[in-house]
Amino acid sequence: MNNFTVGVVVFPGSNCDRDVSWALEGCLDIRTKYLWHESSDLSDIDALVLPGGFSYGDYLRCGAIARFSPLINALDEFVKSGRRVLGICNGFQILTESGFLPGALIANRNLNFICDDVELDIVSSKGGWFNEGVEKQTIKLPIAHGEGRYHCDSDTLKKLVDNELIALRYKNNPNGSSFDIAGITNEKGNVLGLMPHPERACDETIGGTDGLFTLKSLILK
Amino acid sequence: MDQFAVKVFVRLRPSVLDPAGEATKSASIKLGAEGIKSLRIGKMIEVKIEGNGENEVREKIDLLCDRLFANTVIEDYEYSLKKL
Repeated sequence: MNNFTVGVVVFPGSNCDRDVSWALEGCLDIRTKYLWHESSDLSDIDALVLPGGFSYGDYLRCGAIARFSPLINALDEFVKSGRRVLGICNGFQILTESGFLPGALIANRNLNFICDDVELDIVSSKGGWFNEGVEKQTIKLPIAHGEGRYHCDSDTLKKLVDNELIALRYKNNPNGSSFDIAGITNEKGNVLGLMPHPERACDETIGGTDGLFTLKSLILK
Repeated sequence: MDQFAVKVFVRLRPSVLDPAGEATKSASIKLGAEGIKSLRIGKMIEVKIEGNGENEVREKIDLLCDRLFANTVIEDYEYSLKKL
């Protein structure tokens, strides 16, 4: 696995790209490569992270403009190949805007930008993003978002529940998300989008290590 | 080629809670305005566009609305069009 490379996508306005890279390289010894959003060559990339931030200044809607970048255009083939894609916060918003994941993320119910640690229930082990083999059904991760309220229609919600696509649910819903949803996967399980920031929970000195496993699972086949 | 002025209105679907609209409604009541039953905030996008006739322009605007201006998971759109 020494050559395994995780691409960290950089949009104008991304601001968690370096945190993700630090967590992967510094805490997990996984090689990373920054990918400017205008690149569409993913041939030497084994897994991708769409990091948090404010791509294109959140203009129009969060993630709406990023969706049209050459890199996102190349993502369809990447996902179909079975390689793993992790969308964190703004990355999750981009994945819903571009249709890789269903639903949408809209302004928090109370309009506050919420910056806090939240407790999350692991609902599904689809894709192996959270299943450590050790029984830990609840994890604590930081959130930092103004538009993180997950919304979908009732048919979509039923599909998410029936197909075990809900990965994480808030224990105490901070933003008004439907069904307390904090993260979902695609049907195959190789795409995960979540509002919490696992890369900010990878070292005890900054408050916890519950995010390590999710980042580490990028190298799963 | 004809030129058209298009006004696109994008609104949150009625089923989607609009917290910004609720906050503005609350401020409107504090201002003393009476009788406000509902207040919801949308977006208006003005586009000047040229094409061969209204039908062609409508096709272009439909595509823009559906794929970019609105996210139809949460929003509805409508537009008006005026030949310049």
